[in-house]
Amino acid sequence: MDQHYDVVIVGGGHGGAQAAASLRQNNFTGTVAVISEEPDPPYERPPLSKEYLAREKPFERILIKPVTYWADRGIEMILGARVTTVDPTAHRVTTAAGAAIGYGTLIWATGGRPRRLSCPGYDLAGIHTVRNRADADGLMAELDGVTCAVVIGGGYIGLEAAAALVKAGKQVTVLEALPRVLARVAGEPLSRFYEAEHRAHGVDMRLGAVVAGIKGRDGRVCGVELADGQVIDCGMVIVGIGIIPAVEPLLAAGAVGSNGVDVDEYSRTSLPDIYAVGDCAAHGNPFADGAPIRLESVQNANDQALVAVRSIIGAPAPYHAVPWFWSNQYDLKLQTVGLSAGHDTALLRGDPAKRAFSIVYLKRGRVVAIDCVNKVADYVQGRALVAAGMAIPEELLVDDTRPLKLLVAEFAD
Amino acid sequence: MTLTVIDRNGTERTVTAEPGMSVMEILREQGFDDLQALCGGCCSCATCHVYVDGSAAVGLPPVGPDENDLLDSSAYRTDASRLSCQLRYTPALEGLTITIAPED
Ligand SMILES: Cc1cc2nc3c(=O)[nH]c(=O)nc-3n(C[C@H](O)[C@H](O)[C@H](O)COP(=O)(O)OP(=O)(O)OC[C@H]3O[C@@H](n4cnc5c(N)ncnc54)[C@H](O)[C@@H]3O)c2cc1C
Ligand code: FES
Repeated sequence: MDQHYDVVIVGGGHGGAQAAASLRQNNFTGTVAVISEEPDPPYERPPLSKEYLAREKPFERILIKPVTYWADRGIEMILGARVTTVDPTAHRVTTAAGAAIGYGTLIWATGGRPRRLSCPGYDLAGIHTVRNRADADGLMAELDGVTCAVVIGGGYIGLEAAAALVKAGKQVTVLEALPRVLARVAGEPLSRFYEAEHRAHGVDMRLGAVVAGIKGRDGRVCGVELADGQVIDCGMVIVGIGIIPAVEPLLAAGAVGSNGVDVDEYSRTSLPDIYAVGDCAAHGNPFADGAPIRLESVQNANDQALVAVRSIIGAPAPYHAVPWFWSNQYDLKLQTVGLSAGHDTALLRGDPAKRAFSIVYLKRGRVVAIDCVNKVADYVQGRALVAAGMAIPEELLVDDTRPLKLLVAEFAD
Repeated sequence: MTLTVIDRNGTERTVTAEPGMSVMEILREQGFDDLQALCGGCCSCATCHVYVDGSAAVGLPPVGPDENDLLDSSAYRTDASRLSCQLRYTPALEGLTITIAPED
């Protein structure tokens, strides 16, 4: 007979782990299985471009739960298994190895695969992405033999990897096709600050740099050629240009979606008894005016998993969590609350030269997000401004002698 | 070395732990899943909030500025509040008792 579980979770990353754990925390007594492609039990992904890459934390210290936790809680961990098809009518998934597993409810928490280069030389040895442990291990195994590395993509992961490589004594070049780093996720003042910080650490930061191809020697990368004909010699390339949500089996089964799989405010897909959470789930986010977006953050994966679990245990509550995010580079702790995309005003609060400041983002006069660099107080106190979308005069927001909590008290209605 | 933990149900359990890790990592490794520790110890989430009672707290390093700011985000902050990810477990803390704070 086929295996069958009351809840099957596909993907054992942040969202899948949280869903499984919180089913048990909520006294769900049915059978639960997590099917995941990776060989390891759930671990934290953020350190892969930070402490793990810098060899400051070994793998055991980034496990989300102790190895024995899952079996202790009666959660079946089916690792090294990739789900390839979903049959929503029969309530069954099949794996690449041909196993058929039935479900009562399915939670799809597959994250995404790193986008790869498509230019000539894209498949040479020495080109890496950083999405999972195997990626990071592969990269780290080659590091000793490398003196120069090129990072393609100036997003958070690329910049964090650049910082870790600088720490490891490498000569690093960052290539960003747009005129500034972090262009999709932050305002210009933050981009300029991080560009300057990386340059001060010796990074060759190239903006508006379009990659034409990767040069190889004996099958291994030896340089990156830019559209203007320049070649940057290097022994390694790290590609951080985003992810493609891993939703093909669900879309093939008829789920609605294009950029990821569409879910409603209860994390339900258009297919019966199938939820989706985390990086792969396109949802109408209340902090983006309800626009359908995918959020790639630990916060979103965890909170959407909780939303799905609440529906499954019969206590549904719509998704309404304030987004937050962090990024560590060098000695800079960036913390973000809210979503800055679509802002019309970015206000500098404090002096970037002091390496502790914030940027407050407004949309139609209301606070939608705050990026805080080494400024935990603003991050904590600003949350209430974002949660309520408060309208506060700009001259008060930029005055960093005035704690944000005083503004919260003054302008709350 | 030992550490005594009181979870959100009031259940007390004494565990053995290696010095060197943070108290958050010890709690996680021991399977206390009351403690979410969502940011993995980056001082960004405050979901690793614990109480260390009076006498034991004396031996701890003082609350750091970032820890202090982040603890302000909890409605359950008391004088005994600490972020367990910011507490390194050292031999001086042998026999420490901590209580996992309520969820915000
Ligand atoms: C290097 C790096 C640094 C990051 N830093 C931060 C940070 O500082 N702060 C922050 O908030 N966020 C950060 N993120 C983002 C955060 O890690 C993700 O948003 C989060 O992991 C999303 O969780 P998820 O459960 O949706 O997907 P994932 O954690 O990616 O888990 C998905 C799992 O599903 C598996 N899978 C995929 N397809 C299948 C299939 N068909 N069958 C079976 N299994 C499958 C995958 O192998 C993977 O194990 C970072 C991400 C990376 C890669
Ligand atoms: S684990 Fe996030 S603040 Fe301690």
